[in-house]
Amino acid sequence: MNVYKEEKIMKTLLWGSALFTVFILIAILSFLIIKGAGALSIDFLTKIPTDSGEKGGIFPAILGTLYLVTIAVLTAAPLGIGGAIYLVEFQREGIITKIIRFGADTLNGVPSIIFGLFGFAFLVYYLKLGVCILSGGLTLGFMILPTVLRTSEEALRAVPRGDKEGSYALGATKLQTIRNIVLPQSFSGIVTGIILGIGRAAGETAPIIFTAAILNPVLPKSVFDPTMTLPTHLYNLVSEATPDKLLNAYGTALVLVMIILITTYSALLLRRYFTRNIRR
Amino acid sequence: MIMKTKIKIENLNLWYGTFQALKNINLEILEKCVTAIIGPSGCGKSTLIRCLNRMNDLIDSVRIEGRIFIDDVNILDDIDVVSLRRRVGMVFQKPNPFPMTVYDNIAYGPRIHGIKDRKTLDKIVENTLKESALWEEVKDKLRTPALDLSGGQQQRLCIARCLAVNPEIILFDEPCSALDPISTGRIEDLIRKLKENYTIVIVTHNMQQAARVSDYTAFMYLGEMLEFDTTKNIFTKPKNEKTESYISGRFG
Repeated sequence: MNVYKEEKIMKTLLWGSALFTVFILIAILSFLIIKGAGALSIDFLTKIPTDSGEKGGIFPAILGTLYLVTIAVLTAAPLGIGGAIYLVEFQREGIITKIIRFGADTLNGVPSIIFGLFGFAFLVYYLKLGVCILSGGLTLGFMILPTVLRTSEEALRAVPRGDKEGSYALGATKLQTIRNIVLPQSFSGIVTGIILGIGRAAGETAPIIFTAAILNPVLPKSVFDPTMTLPTHLYNLVSEATPDKLLNAYGTALVLVMIILITTYSALLLRRYFTRNIRR
Repeated sequence: MIMKTKIKIENLNLWYGTFQALKNINLEILEKCVTAIIGPSGCGKSTLIRCLNRMNDLIDSVRIEGRIFIDDVNILDDIDVVSLRRRVGMVFQKPNPFPMTVYDNIAYGPRIHGIKDRKTLDKIVENTLKESALWEEVKDKLRTPALDLSGGQQQRLCIARCLAVNPEIILFDEPCSALDPISTGRIEDLIRKLKENYTIVIVTHNMQQAARVSDYTAFMYLGEMLEFDTTKNIFTKPKNEKTESYISGRFG
């Protein structure tokens, strides 16, 4: 076979692999839209469910998921970014950094149901927080912490050494250098890590089944109340699979995906807004 | 004219781990003069000037022995490094303007030292840009990103940024090695002008540059300071044969 032909075939195959990724995304989205768009309405978004999800809306679930994700991010962002700053700026490379990094990577590989179990045993029972938004949010926060930490670490490490030295040479302290030089430049990478975390936290079911979620369609009054959530509501609807429930399940799935897409996209816009003056 | 000693280095030894990079360095640097440190790559000249503003503190596994006096205070003692670095500015090999506007680059130093008044900052920016011969080129671009400037302009901006905190000493670490000949010429003119007000130490591996800008020259080789004299003497009648073969281009 001649080399040009070979290259052409390879190129087509590689192009196919790349295209397949986009194809799956489009397939999932169009599937959800076709099946679920019929369920969408203002009432669906703003009413509480009735007849165990056969009728009514999914407002408590939307609210619950937003609460959970917010608490997860508020937990994981300071810990993850703080830990990353410690690793990059305060601790010389050695056994300690290796242990922390290995720990984070291992934590990242722990299945989400295990986080759920841990949250149930530690937060719900041992700390007596009970099944509530706080327990679930913290559990999700622990789950996305390694992602936030490792992506922040990469972002901080990418700040040129010359920029930091320039700051120190002017008499800046370590904290001034971190605040004025390191963080603004790594902001974009850190936000990317948080976006990845949000996507995961919003969509996971296993960590919240035992820690935060209930079936009762009531609105939580505080973070110490349990709540409905989109993924668990979806799970329950599908398990009981009557035609009406299935339609609402697709609607719920569509709403969940849209929330994640909207959050991701707003975070990207925010990132662009904050970094517009940083690099050319 | 009686020259005052600004910096006095006594029996300075420095190790990176087990590698000894500086061996028993003794040197006196006079106030308001340009002192050049020359020598082949890896001889320790950058390491030496990075001791003068304690930049080596940032590197793990560095161990330093000896004493460095600036105005009779040993800066290797437990001193306030922040105020030392304010007094001893540094211009780096690769121009390293911060990724912010021209104005913010210069205002960075004064701001971290607590100057917030807008008018004062405006004045500092204008004065230091004039002092570093960049004002005419950037006065209409103060709000544009510093990284849009050319390499030579960026380096002069770094000099202005360094002047903005009012140093007494300026360390130049091969400031022209990333620049074209015209930009290099401008920086050299600037260094000659700056010595009226500042004590200058410049590391260079360009011997012509040392000859052009400096009053005194130190020659370093493998971590040792082999010779120190007026630049004229070093280049016309070096005493050490290594110095002689280095400046005549036989190695390096």
